[in-house]
Amino acid sequence: MRIELVRRPQHSALFSALSPFIALGLTLVAGAIMFSLLGKNPVDALYYYFIDPLTGIWDPGNRWQLHELAIKAAPLILIAVGLSVCYLSNNWNIGAEGQFIIGAVVGSFIPVVFPGWHSWIVLPLMLLLGMLGGAAYAAIPAFFKVKFNTNEILTSLMLVYVAQLFNDWLVRGIWRNPEGMSFPGTIRFSEWAILPQVWPESGRAHWGFVFALVAAVVVWFMLSKTLKGFEVKVLGQSPRAGRFAGFSSGKVVFFAFLLSGALAGLAGISEVAGPIEHLNEKISIGYGFTAIIVAFLGRLNPLGIVAAGIILALTYLGGESAQIAIGVSDKAVRAFQGMLLFFVLACDTLIHYRVRIAGAPAAKAAETKAGEATQGA
Amino acid sequence: MKTRFLTLAATAAALAFGTMAAEAKVKACFIYVGPIGDFGWSYQHHQGALEAQKNLGGEEQVELAYLESVPEGADAERAIERFARSGCNIIFTTSFGYMDATNAVAKKFPDVKFEHATGYKRESPNISTYNSKFHEGRYVQGIIAAKMSKAGVAGYIASFPIPEVVMGINSFVLGAQSVNPDFKVKVVWANTWFDPGKEADAAKALIDQGVDIITQHTDSTAPMQVAHERGIKAFGQASDMIKFGPETQLTSIVDDWGPYYTKRIKAVADGNWEQIDIWGGMKDGHVVMAPYTNMPDDVKAAAEAAQAKITSGELNPFTGPINKQDGSEWLKAGEVAEDGVLLGLNFYVAGVDDKLPQ
Repeated sequence: MRIELVRRPQHSALFSALSPFIALGLTLVAGAIMFSLLGKNPVDALYYYFIDPLTGIWDPGNRWQLHELAIKAAPLILIAVGLSVCYLSNNWNIGAEGQFIIGAVVGSFIPVVFPGWHSWIVLPLMLLLGMLGGAAYAAIPAFFKVKFNTNEILTSLMLVYVAQLFNDWLVRGIWRNPEGMSFPGTIRFSEWAILPQVWPESGRAHWGFVFALVAAVVVWFMLSKTLKGFEVKVLGQSPRAGRFAGFSSGKVVFFAFLLSGALAGLAGISEVAGPIEHLNEKISIGYGFTAIIVAFLGRLNPLGIVAAGIILALTYLGGESAQIAIGVSDKAVRAFQGMLLFFVLACDTLIHYRVRIAGAPAAKAAETKAGEATQGA
Repeated sequence: MKTRFLTLAATAAALAFGTMAAEAKVKACFIYVGPIGDFGWSYQHHQGALEAQKNLGGEEQVELAYLESVPEGADAERAIERFARSGCNIIFTTSFGYMDATNAVAKKFPDVKFEHATGYKRESPNISTYNSKFHEGRYVQGIIAAKMSKAGVAGYIASFPIPEVVMGINSFVLGAQSVNPDFKVKVVWANTWFDPGKEADAAKALIDQGVDIITQHTDSTAPMQVAHERGIKAFGQASDMIKFGPETQLTSIVDDWGPYYTKRIKAVADGNWEQIDIWGGMKDGHVVMAPYTNMPDDVKAAAEAAQAKITSGELNPFTGPINKQDGSEWLKAGEVAEDGVLLGLNFYVAGVDDKLPQ
């Protein structure tokens, strides 16, 4: 007996639209079972997980949590929006984490090397440098792919480790804060080099979230309404058709990598110039990798990615809230986060494929050929 | 499948402990950088928290809450603020990387007390800093290593080149040289606090280079297990690791935070908490040595004697004459290093066979 996935000839538009909600419903049910087995009240658990972080919408006393949600979601959305262009054009940039770090490093150049330069132009320059840094770093795998046909999954991923070690070397060495007791990390940025908070009365969310929203709308417009977007998608789905249409696949490789590198770099500099306020060796906590999940959760649609980024950020905040309020462990919280992703991917898969149990003797003879075909796929 | 799920659920339930004491007098909250099951740094902090709760009358008197594996970037401030808002009276942030976040939240919540481990910034009156002189234990280990080693070379698996770690290496060398002036230490930087694979590789590389004693400033038990396979002796780290090397462990420096946490939570309950900056050693009960095992009686006696002298204050590991690695003089005979210099230490003393990464 063998279980096979068979592609459905046509997938239901209704179920495609319902899929995220079905997944959410299944997660809630499975989560409730898990929390009950842990001896916790499942209603309480789900309340703290999904509702408590959002209570700021109607309760001004809790508005700070909405700010925290924006802080957590901003880098995920920025990076994932860039990645969507890469993935739609069939460029597998796995190295956003490295581009994020290099963006943070290059953007930090001004406040670290010229700490006394106090001017309104410092911050825009930092953001620009951050984007340039991220884009330049993403240009490396793009160049190798176009010139030597190198596998960009490997090169972009390996460059993540290079970026981490480079940053580590900087903040332990020549950029180390001389008054920091030899601990790694640069000096704190001057107030001219810190991203302003959007609404400081109620919390500490900074302009990074606004950048994320603007980027999502601009990239959505580019992908859905312009020739460039068409070019990206055609070359992604069928490079041959793209060539017949006169599109240059090399140019699109560069375009996708530079754009996603720039956005990851912007996320990096926004993170250090926003909530962290200095550069250290711990800025890399996997946003570049989590953003890959966000990109697919948002179905590579920039507007969907905004929703996906906020939902993923919500699971982090809600997880913390549940740990404190009802004492579940962080392992349970992560298992729950894993369930959500599992159900989303499973629902999406089952819309496009159906499960067939092969191996019953009567069916076997009839379907041998089909079975061999799918096995080969 | 079902049984596996139940096992998982039971494990998770065991990890999560109830914090639902209804009318506890004090709510003490802890932020850990790693999982409480690491058998190292975070584990010991959590043991200290549990001990303090027990000492002060259990759940009736002290309510505990904690967050594990909190990253040291933008997330830290949120986690600390959440605690401050959830009714914690005292919040312990137990890693260096929480320094700025702890100070930022402390300013916003003047009625909550904050305690930051291993940091040096106290920007408002409601934040204290605390740390332990682990290097005192390293000095005793150095004495044991020099007496036990036939090769005259020990291997040191280090995490990151921060003052705390450099201080430990220097103290170990000074202890060893008090027995054998020619004693050398080889260092491998694992660049991790917890990575059993890397730590095991480091141990193997050191043993292949001829060391016959291993000590570590990383948190896993892997080096101990490698030392056991190769038939040499080793020191544990942070907690008593004797069950991972019953024939291998000589002793271990145990981080004992229980007495400090008890004292500070009690101060909040009694309403006499005050800002302090403490760097506690053997004298204060912060640094405890696991039982001396797998060594002859004379070595054990020497170790115990050194431990007693350090505890009484008669001996300070950083007492001159001490030369730096490059041969220049650091401390004159009888001169004792200042705490401020030690806490920012970024050079080796003579006898370390390694170049300090800068």
